[in-house]
Amino acid sequence: MAGMVELTGQTLAAALSGLEQGAFSSVELTQAHLTAIEQLNPRLNAFITVTGEQALESARASDASRARGDAGPLSGVPVAIKDLFCTEGVRTTAASRILKNFVPPYESTVTAQMKRDGAVFLGKTNLDEFAMGSSNMTSAFGAVENPWKRTGDETALVPGGSSGGSASAVAARLALGATGTDTGGSIRQPAAFCGIVGIKPTYGRCSRWGTVAFASSLDQAGPMARTVEDCAILLRSMAGFDVKDSTSVDRPVPDYRAAIGRSLKGMRIGIPAEYRAPGMSQEIEALWQQGIAWLRDAGCEIVDVSLPHTRYGLATYYIVAPAECSSNLARYDGVRFGERVEADSLDMLYERSRAAGFGDEVKRRILIGTYVLSSGYYDAYYLKAQKVRGLLLRDFTEAFTRVDALLTPTAPSAAFALGEKMNDPVTMYLNDIFTVPASMAGVPGLSVPVGLDAKGLPLGLQLLGRPFDEELLFALGSALEKAAAFTHLPAVRAGVGS
Amino acid sequence: MSLDAATIRRIARLARLGIEETDIARLQGELGHIIGWIEQLSELDVDGLEPISGVGQAALRMRADAVTDGDKVEAVLSNAPSRAGSFYSVPKVVE
Repeated sequence: MAGMVELTGQTLAAALSGLEQGAFSSVELTQAHLTAIEQLNPRLNAFITVTGEQALESARASDASRARGDAGPLSGVPVAIKDLFCTEGVRTTAASRILKNFVPPYESTVTAQMKRDGAVFLGKTNLDEFAMGSSNMTSAFGAVENPWKRTGDETALVPGGSSGGSASAVAARLALGATGTDTGGSIRQPAAFCGIVGIKPTYGRCSRWGTVAFASSLDQAGPMARTVEDCAILLRSMAGFDVKDSTSVDRPVPDYRAAIGRSLKGMRIGIPAEYRAPGMSQEIEALWQQGIAWLRDAGCEIVDVSLPHTRYGLATYYIVAPAECSSNLARYDGVRFGERVEADSLDMLYERSRAAGFGDEVKRRILIGTYVLSSGYYDAYYLKAQKVRGLLLRDFTEAFTRVDALLTPTAPSAAFALGEKMNDPVTMYLNDIFTVPASMAGVPGLSVPVGLDAKGLPLGLQLLGRPFDEELLFALGSALEKAAAFTHLPAVRAGVGS
Repeated sequence: MSLDAATIRRIARLARLGIEETDIARLQGELGHIIGWIEQLSELDVDGLEPISGVGQAALRMRADAVTDGDKVEAVLSNAPSRAGSFYSVPKVVE
């Protein structure tokens, strides 16, 4: 039997082959990950809840079904679930005090499909409260540590956010893959910060049913894993039409894995001039140029394009997302479920329950959202943002008449230190400058780790595609992955650094 | 830009979000800074443009008005703050 480091260090695809060939059982594979979690989670805080017994139970069931010749596409593979997906009988907190004891009596569609396909759930990963943040610092369950370190420097760094626990867990080899959700960059930015792959699919590709809502016109689930192929395997299970989500799109789910390795000859790749942030490091610019060269080598044609409204993406997002958040989070009122603070009047019960239940960033967004939707301000802010959103969408629609995909940096910097950028919300928001426009337009985006900065931290490039053309993103992402040969390992990982 | 204290109190009240008097000055600064930064959109002329609320299909799907789920009393009550028999029990919300 292989040891813990071998079992946790392999890719999800390799683990599936190993299980198929009988090289190890799902129980052994799952136990290795649980051992790694036991060793490293006290430090990384990547999981809010670890469901060891349930994981071993489903691993045993998976081994039994495989022995019967009845294995699903994810049978026996241990993965982590962002604690924003409702999981039947397992506490689901959204990293908020107001849901700290919430145990859903139902399963989200995305996780139900993964279970249907045989996945083993190790537990629920940490996140920014209600997925609002870019550092995982806003979690009511504490910050998450990025397993990567600057060379010769033990400073704890953020994993990015909001899917920071998922990114940290996958990078540190505590899970073979994980689910994330992305509203403005919450899969792609933490994937870049932790040196892993993550894809936000097209809006409507994965059902939102049973996922705690933040901004419903933007929220989209997607996979995070250590390779492009592993993300392709996971997305096939996560995606699909669901009658329970009115925005779910009824179209077949392709075999994304089959798209990997297909010829990219003649594919037109747009390079948008507007994706150069002021003060962006020379290293990121150089890596972007390297990515362009790699895709050219793969047979792609490189085309300069303009998405002229890009610079307005973030400000538009910070009207639309808080507006939707203030509406969605109105349900947490202390009355029917969640935490309650008793008071003499109903209004005081609402106000005190919400004051005690929500953290500072969530409160800021509820207040901003309430302001931009309030009488007298609605037209100036919310209606205006909806119109600018139309311009952002048009930028992409027009670019995609000329090119098949776009290549940009994922984030304007590498991971920063825990506690940095916390004094000014706007500085924190700038993390999502390159990821937000695609969210506003609903188009898919994939982040791939392609290199390290001078301090030894991973950097990612982002590929954006036409709606429902995730296959091309996987094909391009795999070409970048192959060219970059990113084999660097984080300082903290299963078997190392506990 | 700074939002005045009365505006902070008004939106907090609309949101039913309790805030302490001692938090108001901080919120004036933080929210004012965010709103001030958002003001950059005023550079754009959006006259005559259609607002969009999302990127999905324009019309929502209809479905048959039929019962597709039910008989889950215990599951539904599992998060009830308190119960009376098979009924959900909450504080009085109509005043």
